[in-house]
Amino acid sequence: MTPALSAHIREKRYPRARGAKSHLALAGLSLEIAAGEFVALVGPSGCGKTTFLNIVAGLDADFTGEVELAPGSGGRAARVGYVFQEPRLLPWRTVYENIALVLPAQRAEAIVDPMLQAVGLGGARDLYPPQLSVGMSRRVSIARAFAIEPDLLLMDEPFVSLDHDTVEQLRELLLELWHARPTTVLFVTHDLREALVLADRLVLLSAAPGHVVADVPVSLTRDHRHSGVDIERLRSEILRRHRELIGAGTDAATPVG
Amino acid sequence: MSVSAPVAPRASSWLVSSALAQRIGSVALFLAVWQITADAVDSRLLPSASAVFVALVHECVHGPLLFHLGITLARVAAAFVIAMVVGTAIGIVMGRSRTIDALFDSWLVLLLNLPALVIIVLAYVWFGLTEAAAIGAVAVNKIPNTAVTLREGARALDRSYSDMAASFHVGRWRTLRHVILPQLYPYIFAAARSGLALVWKIVLIVELLGMSNGVGFEIQLYFQQFDVTDILAYTIAFVAVIQLIEWAIFQPLERRAGRWRQ
Repeated sequence: MTPALSAHIREKRYPRARGAKSHLALAGLSLEIAAGEFVALVGPSGCGKTTFLNIVAGLDADFTGEVELAPGSGGRAARVGYVFQEPRLLPWRTVYENIALVLPAQRAEAIVDPMLQAVGLGGARDLYPPQLSVGMSRRVSIARAFAIEPDLLLMDEPFVSLDHDTVEQLRELLLELWHARPTTVLFVTHDLREALVLADRLVLLSAAPGHVVADVPVSLTRDHRHSGVDIERLRSEILRRHRELIGAGTDAATPVG
Repeated sequence: MSVSAPVAPRASSWLVSSALAQRIGSVALFLAVWQITADAVDSRLLPSASAVFVALVHECVHGPLLFHLGITLARVAAAFVIAMVVGTAIGIVMGRSRTIDALFDSWLVLLLNLPALVIIVLAYVWFGLTEAAAIGAVAVNKIPNTAVTLREGARALDRSYSDMAASFHVGRWRTLRHVILPQLYPYIFAAARSGLALVWKIVLIVELLGMSNGVGFEIQLYFQQFDVTDILAYTIAFVAVIQLIEWAIFQPLERRAGRWRQ
């Protein structure tokens, strides 16, 4: 079976202004994801995680290597949903219009309202994003990505800088949506604990220039994810084996309630 | 999950009416000062407010004022639309492309500093005393202003929204309409406001110099007769119409575009 995503980045450089040395962000990063897999991409800050997502999303074509997405049903081009770190909702369009924007005009009506119900925002359809709480904005951003029925869902640390309860709710919502609308997910985070709660498979990246240092299947069944003990045991085991993740480890060491 | 929208503070109605009262009071004061001064001076060269009003009504009913007003407004509208569309396009292109900006920036500076009169005279000399030359000359006067304003707007466009639209394959036209233009509205309104003010003044000069109808042409006729009463009657009619456009078209449009900010 062809993987949903197959990416081989030989090199990604950022040019520096005025002839200074360019910055090598990614080097020799190879990753394949099977259809339906939930993969967490974990690495220290600045290791090129967002850069990699932008390349996969087709926003950045300035690299050497290949990125291939398996076509969607009926051979059409793969649809990619992107949940950015900031929600990136258009403040001058309502919640409804923000989601309708990414859909074919004639199908929007049938899709948007049920989608808003699914993320618990049925009553917010006519609000403008500045009127939403931070948590609500993230829900809209997630709803937008799921609304297109993506073949690949990219998520770039979508739950950073939120309070603990909101994060818990959003993670549960994400898993709920994913079970109801199965798709391939590539979830970027620097929080090892978050990765273990959500993903089937962890891909660990090195510091810049980013490349894969380890590929760890998560053996915990989804029922065991709620147990902080199991997660903690796995986390310390991974940290012990991969000292280069220490930076990510301290970040994730905030107490879980 | 319960959702509550913060209620936008409603402007108290007495505040609105007091602002209106102030405006009316201000206009009344102006008219009173004018009337008293004119009575004191008692000269044919400074007609009273009431005399001008009488002349205005007479010109509307029996004279050709409405005809000339209509012609001038049509010229203002044509020049305004051309200047806004062309200036906006140039501004966006220059704001998005460094190369084009570097190449044409000095052209823009040159045009900005060219006196309106020179542009008008050259247009008439090169293209004759035609309608197209007149309207074109007015538009060329305004285009560089619009371009400079919109260039600022295009430079300030938020890349993260364009990236969002691109990653979701939102088409070009929809991206322009929903993502790009809303970010440019404040700049477009600023350009339109100052544009209308500039364009109508220049249209009068263009008419005075080379047209045989319109408010500018009429003012020239009355100027030759030293008929200040009719000059002021035409002026007031025209200023009133322009102000009406501002109130009835620009302000509601701007409020609509800024709805989401409340």
